[in-house]
Amino acid sequence: MSAVVDEHDHHADDHHDHGPAKGLLRWITTTNHKDIGTLYLLFALAMFFVGGAMAMVIRAELFEPGLQFVDPAFFNSMTTMHALVMVFGAVMPAFVGLANWQIPLMIGAADMALPRMNNMSFWMLVAGVLLLASTLFMEGGAPNGGWTLYPPLVLQPITVGKALPFAIFSVHLLGISSIMGAINIIATIFNMRAPSMKLMDMPLFVWTWLITAFLLIAVMPVFAGAVTMLLTDKFFHTSFFNAAGGGDPVLYEHIFWFFGHPEVYIMILPTFGVASTIIPVFARKPLFGYASMVWATGSIAFLSFIVWAHHMFTVGLPLAGELYFMYATMVIAVPTGVKVFNWTATMWKGAMTFETPMLFSIAFVVLFTMGGFTGLMMSIAPSDFQYHDTYFIVAHFHYTLVPASVFILMAAGYFWLPKWTGHMYNEKIGQLHFWISVVSVNVLFFPQHFLGLAGMPRRIPDYAVQFADWNMISSVGGFIFGISQLLFLYIVIDTIRGGTGEKVSDEVWEDAAKHSLEWTLPTPLPYHTWTTPPSVVPTEHVLDSH
Amino acid sequence: MNDAVGKKNLKLARTLVLVAVAMFGFGYALVPLYDVLCEWKWIERDRPDDIKKVPEVAYKVDMDREISVEFMTILNESTSMEFHAEKKQLKVHPGQYYTVNFYAENKTDKEMQARAIASFSPAVISSYFEKIECFCFSEQTFKPRETKTLPMRFVINPEIPEQYKTITLSYTFFDNTEKSVKK
Repeated sequence: MSAVVDEHDHHADDHHDHGPAKGLLRWITTTNHKDIGTLYLLFALAMFFVGGAMAMVIRAELFEPGLQFVDPAFFNSMTTMHALVMVFGAVMPAFVGLANWQIPLMIGAADMALPRMNNMSFWMLVAGVLLLASTLFMEGGAPNGGWTLYPPLVLQPITVGKALPFAIFSVHLLGISSIMGAINIIATIFNMRAPSMKLMDMPLFVWTWLITAFLLIAVMPVFAGAVTMLLTDKFFHTSFFNAAGGGDPVLYEHIFWFFGHPEVYIMILPTFGVASTIIPVFARKPLFGYASMVWATGSIAFLSFIVWAHHMFTVGLPLAGELYFMYATMVIAVPTGVKVFNWTATMWKGAMTFETPMLFSIAFVVLFTMGGFTGLMMSIAPSDFQYHDTYFIVAHFHYTLVPASVFILMAAGYFWLPKWTGHMYNEKIGQLHFWISVVSVNVLFFPQHFLGLAGMPRRIPDYAVQFADWNMISSVGGFIFGISQLLFLYIVIDTIRGGTGEKVSDEVWEDAAKHSLEWTLPTPLPYHTWTTPPSVVPTEHVLDSH
Repeated sequence: MNDAVGKKNLKLARTLVLVAVAMFGFGYALVPLYDVLCEWKWIERDRPDDIKKVPEVAYKVDMDREISVEFMTILNESTSMEFHAEKKQLKVHPGQYYTVNFYAENKTDKEMQARAIASFSPAVISSYFEKIECFCFSEQTFKPRETKTLPMRFVINPEIPEQYKTITLSYTFFDNTEKSVKK
């Protein structure tokens, strides 16, 4: 296999098209950006269902007050593992998968800059997630101190059977995997673009990923450092966070959220990029305010580094700190508002059609804005004392992650699957999937605002009876949302295996080739594309700024 | 891809790896940075070890005011000790000096290094609570099965704002025998 790869590397310029290698080994040794993208996306989809199953356990236990199905320690493991699996196993890898497929296609590159490292980052991710999953079967159970791994709780015997070091090594592997992925993306975007494509000609998906990649390189190592300190505190008698030895547990929260806040933007910036790609195609207009979108993305990324302590208003920050972090956080609403207005203006007077990817994108704009509004509510330090650690925050971040990041990932699937596979998905089932999802996701998460405002704490397996009704409704929404995602699984498998059998044009969507390069390639995509870079790049998406 | 682009890619990748390694170091640099920032006057950190030993000075005793000081004694779960205060509560006048004894017993057959960490509620009064002597200033060595009497002498600065009527002071003993200690 390596001989084949070498040959390919040396002869990439001579238009000789190798097909994929035969057999299972193709998927293990592949260095092709499309294969690796597929691996990432399928892995993320699998983890979405694993993390989703954990969420179902949580919602089943909370269906009514009292302890029904699981014991409290296992319940806490579920909340912890659900978060870790969804963040590091599903959402982040799914966007890396999209980056692998789309960035080379969109900038006219033959492959990623460092194809072998690309293969390594994927398999390191698998190793990391398996290591994390293995803790479920260990004596004492999986980590159950929350995904934030706060000391001293996470270091106490009652919360860490044997699992903590495994969870920490898993975080190290996941971190190295994402850093390698980020390096690859930056090198691809800087060095492999078609010569005629300037930075300000790049599609917004490429821009958002470029900025996200820099965030990853800046903060994943900080997180690796924080968990390493936990490890040495637990096993090597250091006292970074140990009060008795002169350390301070609050220091961990500062380091963690210095990573943690950029981390949440790592999950949302590529979401913005995909939304900015899909909406113009179905509005049949260029993206409104291309340049302002780029600058807004950059500003959000910069602000993410200087607002971390709004996650810890209640730890006893000095007054100056509370005020600074409150105002700095509110500033984020400005560039985010620019984006929401730009998407709306793109749709304004557009000749809109409502295929499944567009439906998911419109739902994203509306529901993400709601998640943003609750974020603004919590940025007000004095009121945050009321919202802190309640279901209000659970509702907030799920609105920014599920009907935002996850919906956009679904939209991306519907949008690009016909191009990747050459088969059309079933539009009827797609629409059904959308409508069930958009209704049930609100039934699931909207009542959690009420629960939080009424004072229901997060991360508890049992609750006071006054919270019973809304919890039951939320659980019903959760079950419907969970089960309806099987429709998406069915559509993905069905589309790969032939879909509706309808002939798919090169453009797939009307006039899509005006917006981005991948639609000028043949459908289905050949195994190797852009072995010679395109000479002319579409500028429809930047018309507005030129 | 041609060799020139390949070289450029490797060079950029190397630089970015260095950035990642530097950021790992930055995470560790936050530890001393945190301590430095917390010393800044305007940050007004209210942390227990801010209560440093102060010399005994004579204040005018305010006999009109009475503040209730409560003492809590806590053992970290890994600390095998007996630990309690001579009384749970004391009514004090601002400006007057008091000494309260605490008793701690090592319940193991080994020598133990233990450290008590103080905590206040409400935290803001910590700058008015002045300790002349406290067992929490340093690590304590206990011989096997030894019981020690640990005095704590304090005064409440008469400038303490009117609204504070109850102060809770809690001490947690940590078994430090195996842990490294900074001081």
